[in-house]
Amino acid sequence: MSAKIRLDRPRLLELLRGMIRIRRFEAKCVELYQAQKIRGFLHLYDGEEAVSVGVLAVLRPEDWVVATYREHGQALARGISMRSLMAEMLGKREGCCRGRGGSMHIFDAQTRFLGGNAIVGGGLPLAVGTALADKMQGRPALTCCFFGEGAVDEGEFHECMNLAELWRLPVLFVCENNLYAMGTPIEIAEAETDIAKKARCYRMPAEAVDGMDVVAVEAAAARAVERIRAGEGPYFLECRTYRFRAHSMFDAQLYRSKEEVEAWRRRDPIELLARWMSENGLLHPGERERMEAEIDREIDDAVAYAEAGTLEPVEELERFVLMDEVPQERIPGGAGA
Amino acid sequence: MSTGVRTTYRECCKQAIRAALLADPRVFLMGEDVGRYGGCYAVSKGLLEEFGPERIRDTPLSESAFVGAGIGAAIAGMRPIVEIMTVNFSLLALDQILNNAATIPHMSGGQFAIPLVIRMATGGGRQLAAQHSHSLEGWYAHIPGLKILAPATLEDARYMLAPALLDPNPVIIFEHIMLYNMEGELDPSVSSVDIEKAAVRRPGRDVTLVTYGGSLPKTLEAARELAGEGIEAEVVDLRVLRPLDEETILASVRRTRRAVIVDEGWCSGSLAAEIGMRIAEKAFFDLDAPLRRVCSREVPMPYAAHLEQAALPSRERIVAAVHELLGRGG
Repeated sequence: MSAKIRLDRPRLLELLRGMIRIRRFEAKCVELYQAQKIRGFLHLYDGEEAVSVGVLAVLRPEDWVVATYREHGQALARGISMRSLMAEMLGKREGCCRGRGGSMHIFDAQTRFLGGNAIVGGGLPLAVGTALADKMQGRPALTCCFFGEGAVDEGEFHECMNLAELWRLPVLFVCENNLYAMGTPIEIAEAETDIAKKARCYRMPAEAVDGMDVVAVEAAAARAVERIRAGEGPYFLECRTYRFRAHSMFDAQLYRSKEEVEAWRRRDPIELLARWMSENGLLHPGERERMEAEIDREIDDAVAYAEAGTLEPVEELERFVLMDEVPQERIPGGAGA
Repeated sequence: MSTGVRTTYRECCKQAIRAALLADPRVFLMGEDVGRYGGCYAVSKGLLEEFGPERIRDTPLSESAFVGAGIGAAIAGMRPIVEIMTVNFSLLALDQILNNAATIPHMSGGQFAIPLVIRMATGGGRQLAAQHSHSLEGWYAHIPGLKILAPATLEDARYMLAPALLDPNPVIIFEHIMLYNMEGELDPSVSSVDIEKAAVRRPGRDVTLVTYGGSLPKTLEAARELAGEGIEAEVVDLRVLRPLDEETILASVRRTRRAVIVDEGWCSGSLAAEIGMRIAEKAFFDLDAPLRRVCSREVPMPYAAHLEQAALPSRERIVAAVHELLGRGG
C-alpha cells in the first residue's frame, strides 16, 4: 500500500480523543433526552465511532461530507462546533440549523457538511451531485458519503453506484454496516450479504474493513482517498461495525440477544485502541482521565451555551422556505467561489 | 405589423436552453436521452453537437440519482437543468424533489440554497394512456420550497428559463406535450418575462376563466366561442403555479364576479380546488354566482382517443360550465 498514515503517539491520541469525545457527547445527549430537553428521534452512534473518526481524519476542508440521521459522530469529527451542535439538539436559534433540523438533520456549510439525511439512501444522489460539480469545475475536492447497510436495499444506492462509477466521480462511499436496519438483520433483508461485492458489481474498487479498529479504518480511507484524488473514480469502503445501544430512544431491542451485544462490546473501538496504546506505552497512566475531564468541560460548556440559547422567533417560521440568495457561495473558498 | 420569427413552442424551449448554456458556464443539461437522441420530445436536438457530452449529459434511467445529482451539483456551484422525460416518471425522483430540494434550504437554517431547474413534460392528449399522460403539477404546487412554472405561450417557453436559472430556489418547469408543436410568431418586442405574475391573455367583463399550461389554448377557444354569443370571458393564465399570483386572479374575479377554473389535473384536491378556495376566502362577497371547475375526469387516463378526450377538459366543457354559471343554454 502506498498511502501512508502517520501513526505516532500524538496522532493516536487524537484518534482516541475523537472517539471518546463522540461517546461522551452522546452520553450527555441521552441525559438531556431523558430530561426532555432533546426531543424527537435520537439515534446514537455508540460503538461506531471508529468509522467517522478514522475516515474523516483523511479528508480536507474542501471536501464534502454527506451523512445519515445517525450523524453526531460525523458532525463532531468533521469539526462542527459542539456548541452549535448541542444548541441544535435543543432546538435553539444558536444551533447550526437554527432549530429547524434537530438531531437527524445537522448541516454546516462552513465545513461542507451536507446533512444529516433522514431518508435512508437519500444522501447518495446528493453526494454524486457535489462530486459531479467538483469534477466539472476542475476542483480537487472529493465527497465522502456515509450510509448504513440498510441503504443498500434502496434503489437509490444502486443508481448511485452505477452513476458514480460511470462518470468516474470523486466519491468515497462509506457503508457503516452495523448489521441491523433498525430491527431487520441483514440476513433477512439481503440475498447477498457481502456488501462490498455489490459495489464491485459496478466495477467500483471496494474493500471491507474492521470498523471497530480506528487505525485500520483510517488506513483504508487513506488508500481510498489517494486513489480518488488521483482521478481514478469512486471507491467503496464497507466498515463492519455495531451499535451498542438501541436504534433510537424507542426500541426494546427484541431483535437481538444480550449475548450478541456483549460480544461486540468486548470489541469496543475506544477500549481496543486504549488497550493497545497502553500495552505499547503510548497511553500513559492518567492520560485518558485527563482527556476525559477536558472533554467533559467542553461538553459542559456546550450544554451551558445551548441552554442559554434563545428560541427562533415564531415570526421567522417561514424564513428560508424560499431563499433570496445562494449563501453557500458567499463563504470564502466556498462551493461556487 | 409584427415581424416576429415563425417558430414553435419546442424550438422556443430549445433556444432557451441554448441561450442559457451560452450565457453561463455553470449551466448544463442532464437527463434521459437529452444528448444523442435529442430529447424524447426533440427539445434538445442538436445541442450535444454544439456543447458536447459534458454539458449535454445523457443519464441512465435513474430518475432519483440524476435529480439528486442535480440538487447536489446546484449546491456545489453549478446551475443544472435536469430534464425528466415525463411527469409520471418524476414520481421516481419525488424523494429527492420533496425531501431534499424543497426541504434542505429551510431545514439547514438557510445555509444552503438550491439553484436548480427541473423541466418535465406533462399532460394528456396524445393517447399515451395512464402512465404517460397525467397532470401532476398540482401535487408539486402543494410543496413549500418549490417554484412551479407552466409556460403556455411561445414567449414564456422562450424566456422563462433564464429567470428560473437566476432564481436561488428549485424551480420546476412543466411543458405540456400538446404545446410542443404549437406554431406562431415570437413577439419581437419581448426579450424577457417575469416568473412571478399571472397574465390576462384576453380581457372580458362577464366571467373569469382561470387556467394554465396545456389548457390555455382550449380556454381561449372557448372564450372566442362565447364571444360569438355575446359573453365576454376574461382569460387568466396562471403561468406560475407556486407561489400563486393571487392578486391577478382576485382582481379579475372582482371585475367579472364569476369564475370558472380550468385545470387538467384531477378535480379532487386539485390546483383548481386551491384557487377556488382562495377566491372563496378572499372574494366571496364579490361573486354573483357559485364557482365552477373544469378538470380531468377522475380516471387514470385511458388510451382510446374518444375516452381520452372525454376525460380531458375540452372547449365544450368549458363553454358548458360558463353557460351554467350564467344560467344560459343546456
